[in-house]
Amino acid sequence: MSKIGVFICHCGENISATVDCARVAQAAAEMEGVAYATDYKYMCSEPGQQLIRQAIREHNLDGVVVGSCSPRMHEPTFRRACAEAGLNPYLCEIANLREHCSWVHEKGEATTQKAIDIVQGLVEKVRRNQPLTPIRVPVTKKALVIGGGIAGIQAALDIANCGHRVILVEKEPSIGGHMAQLSETFPTLDCSQCILTPRMVEVAQHPNITLYTYAEVESVEGFIGNFKATIRLKAKSVDEKKCTGCGLCTTKCPNKKIPGEFNEGLGTRTAIYVPFPQAVPNKPVIDKEHCNYYQKGKCRVCEKFCPTGAITFDQPDQFITEEVGAIVVTTGFRVLPTSFFPEYGYGRYKDVITGIQFERLASASGPTMGEIRRPSDGTVPKKVVFIACCGSRDPAKGIPYCSKICCMYTAKHAMLYQHKVHDGESTVFYMDIRAGGKNYEEFVRRAIEEDKVNYVRGRVARVYERADGKLVVRGVDTLLGAQQVEIEADMVVLATAGVANPGAEELAQKLHISYDPYHFFAEAHPKLRPVETNTAGIYLAGACQAPKDIPETVATASGAAAKVVSLLSQDDLVREPLVAVVNRCAPPVYSTCVGCFLCQTACPYQAIEREEIKDRQGRVIKTVAKVNPGLCQGCGTCVSFCRSKAIDIQGYSNEQMYAEVNALLNHE
Amino acid sequence: MKETGFYPGCSLQATSREYNESVRALARHLSLPLREIEDWNCCGATAAHSMNHELALALPARVLALAEAQGMEEIVVPCAACYGRLATTHHTLVTDETLRQKTCDTIGMEYSGKLKILNAVQWIEQYVEPLLANAVTHPINRKMACYYGCLLVRPHKVLQFDRVEDPQSMDRLCALCGSEPVDWAFKTECCGAGLSISRTQSVGRLSGAILSDAAERGAEAIIVACPMCHSNLDMRRPAANRSLGQKLDIPVLFITQLIGLALGIPRKELGLDRHFVPVPQW
Repeated sequence: MSKIGVFICHCGENISATVDCARVAQAAAEMEGVAYATDYKYMCSEPGQQLIRQAIREHNLDGVVVGSCSPRMHEPTFRRACAEAGLNPYLCEIANLREHCSWVHEKGEATTQKAIDIVQGLVEKVRRNQPLTPIRVPVTKKALVIGGGIAGIQAALDIANCGHRVILVEKEPSIGGHMAQLSETFPTLDCSQCILTPRMVEVAQHPNITLYTYAEVESVEGFIGNFKATIRLKAKSVDEKKCTGCGLCTTKCPNKKIPGEFNEGLGTRTAIYVPFPQAVPNKPVIDKEHCNYYQKGKCRVCEKFCPTGAITFDQPDQFITEEVGAIVVTTGFRVLPTSFFPEYGYGRYKDVITGIQFERLASASGPTMGEIRRPSDGTVPKKVVFIACCGSRDPAKGIPYCSKICCMYTAKHAMLYQHKVHDGESTVFYMDIRAGGKNYEEFVRRAIEEDKVNYVRGRVARVYERADGKLVVRGVDTLLGAQQVEIEADMVVLATAGVANPGAEELAQKLHISYDPYHFFAEAHPKLRPVETNTAGIYLAGACQAPKDIPETVATASGAAAKVVSLLSQDDLVREPLVAVVNRCAPPVYSTCVGCFLCQTACPYQAIEREEIKDRQGRVIKTVAKVNPGLCQGCGTCVSFCRSKAIDIQGYSNEQMYAEVNALLNHE
Repeated sequence: MKETGFYPGCSLQATSREYNESVRALARHLSLPLREIEDWNCCGATAAHSMNHELALALPARVLALAEAQGMEEIVVPCAACYGRLATTHHTLVTDETLRQKTCDTIGMEYSGKLKILNAVQWIEQYVEPLLANAVTHPINRKMACYYGCLLVRPHKVLQFDRVEDPQSMDRLCALCGSEPVDWAFKTECCGAGLSISRTQSVGRLSGAILSDAAERGAEAIIVACPMCHSNLDMRRPAANRSLGQKLDIPVLFITQLIGLALGIPRKELGLDRHFVPVPQW
């Protein structure tokens, strides 16, 4: 015979205004198994909690139902109170009388009756509750950071500086990401390389950081605190231990006309290459797709000239396994190419370029050494048109969201152009100017007022090249009564939308993290858990979540690092025991599980393993399912899939749920 | 060979008789069976769909229903405007069951929506193009500017034909006729369309811009697949030239006429003598 205590909270007037709380308590006292019932104005307050603690001790209660607000609000509060009085906290349940009853109904008999029914249901459930103990899982004190842009660099440094080991994986030959490509940064116009490259060096030299460049995460298994990641180290065809980074090979390589990724196709590179002079590590790799030797079987010029014999053509891809406790995903984004825009020439016009290409033109390390010159003929453009929102905020293009950074970098581009070409004329076509951020609005005003950038509010319908090679930009000025505007430009810069990287979906599936319709990775909560994923132990930072500027990227990276550090600071992880369990019973049955493993296919977290039950001679009697409590998130999918009712969620067993539902339904 | 239904529409009986003649000449020359839809009516053109939605659906729907009732599986609609109306109506009726029933009630006929509607270029691609390699006897070694106008490719969601901003299909056909298609910027610019009569000056300005870009890129003729485009670029040439302050004599040919020439069909059969701007002997 159970001894349950029922505590009905008035929640000020939130519940008592429509529910007769005293009557609910009276009715509860009559329920089977209830030893004590009372009501109080604020059950969550200290006197309220004291009331519960005292009742548990005085009446030797073995279960508690609190009729109050949503369990999302105060379940932890009341469970703690119960624990303080020596009751297992999982024997305390919340009857949601506020959101489920008092707030949504008028005052009246029926409302009070519904409250009683809800309490009755929970009483029936609590009668079947079992004491549970939290699950403890050990933690591997090492983190994996995927992506070596500024987000990955920041996260890796923050974690490493707290004394934890970090594995940083970057798929390109160098870390640095997009930020290494930028010229100056808004709103201060400080040089991107000058603030980034020292951090790249710091990463390379940090004793706690292991850097794998030209590498990709192949697969990830395991769970929070205990991940196992397989990393593919793509063959660089260069022995890093022997290579001194002298660069002779890159000057001798005969294949010199390959469009360089780092310069966004505006410059060329060789087949054996270092992406840019400040690269970390500053050692070349061979791009097999363009290498004469790999493609045609002869050349080996680099091998002939290498003074240390570092070229290794037969080097295979290597696979290594790393055990880590936490993962930070910082894989970034990309911007759409000009070929995405039929109305702006399908990428056919050489002098219609993207914002990131303009960054390369404006960068001192770029193909023009920082001079703004047309890609087509190398002349200095006297008239440049910048088009904001190319693709962004355009549902017809499939990109309804704002890419967030374009307003600011477009203002910066126009400003840099005016600083470099004094007799130049720049025009920006825009929808709205979104300059929310510290010193951002001032920056845009400066472009307009001091640098005389001509801002036109309107969309550009077409860009085409005239027979004489001039680009004609045809748009509308909505502030001049939708007047048509036609500008003859020497160069057009498209602020193309920021979109997810091509491999984002695949990576998300490998990691079992969720993503949005645009393949950006999804946060556990957009406001309150902005750097966590729904998979425990995996965190996000930077533009893989959505387009972000540098300050926000760095902020999320440090945020994710803080989450990782707090996780790695624990020896054991404590988790709620509300996980699935496959039943075990006495021989000869052992378990009602029949070993069909439908649950294994259903589990979204890969938490279900096979267990062999053996006799004393070690012979396998039966193979049954077993839930790894570290991985299980308690979603219950396996429970509904199980054909032999062998799985239950602890704290939410079938028996408990049926009892609760029956109690709700079985009244006159 | 499968018979293709043929919907001429009003233009092909009047201002663009040469389009009609050249389509039929091609079909005759290559033994491609065409059968005109009996008792066809007006597609409704701009007038219907800018004033009365029901009428704008009912008129083309009757044509489509007639074609179906006469056992046709596909029809070719050379006029780009008619094609636009028929294809849009077909799309509306197959995607909206309520409207389909209502429209069928209005016209008192059934339309299942199984009919395939081709524009002239699609008809050529499907039936003429496979034969071209062997049939071209008089390659036209000239630079051509292919002008698609608005109705052939728009709205893309409905028509699903070619690229919206820089279509390529006629350029490819030109090349197969031995011509060199020029890369130019005005392939889908507005020619002035129906303003031809009410605001001839505007048409002169808009068509003039198209003509002058084609001329600047060295085109020796403009190739079209729309009666409206043709009459604006050809018949309204004086207005265009006035607007440009130039005397452009670049001829405008239907794609069917160009192919006809390449096949060696006599000029008269292709109606080349009906143009305002004379077509030189190539």
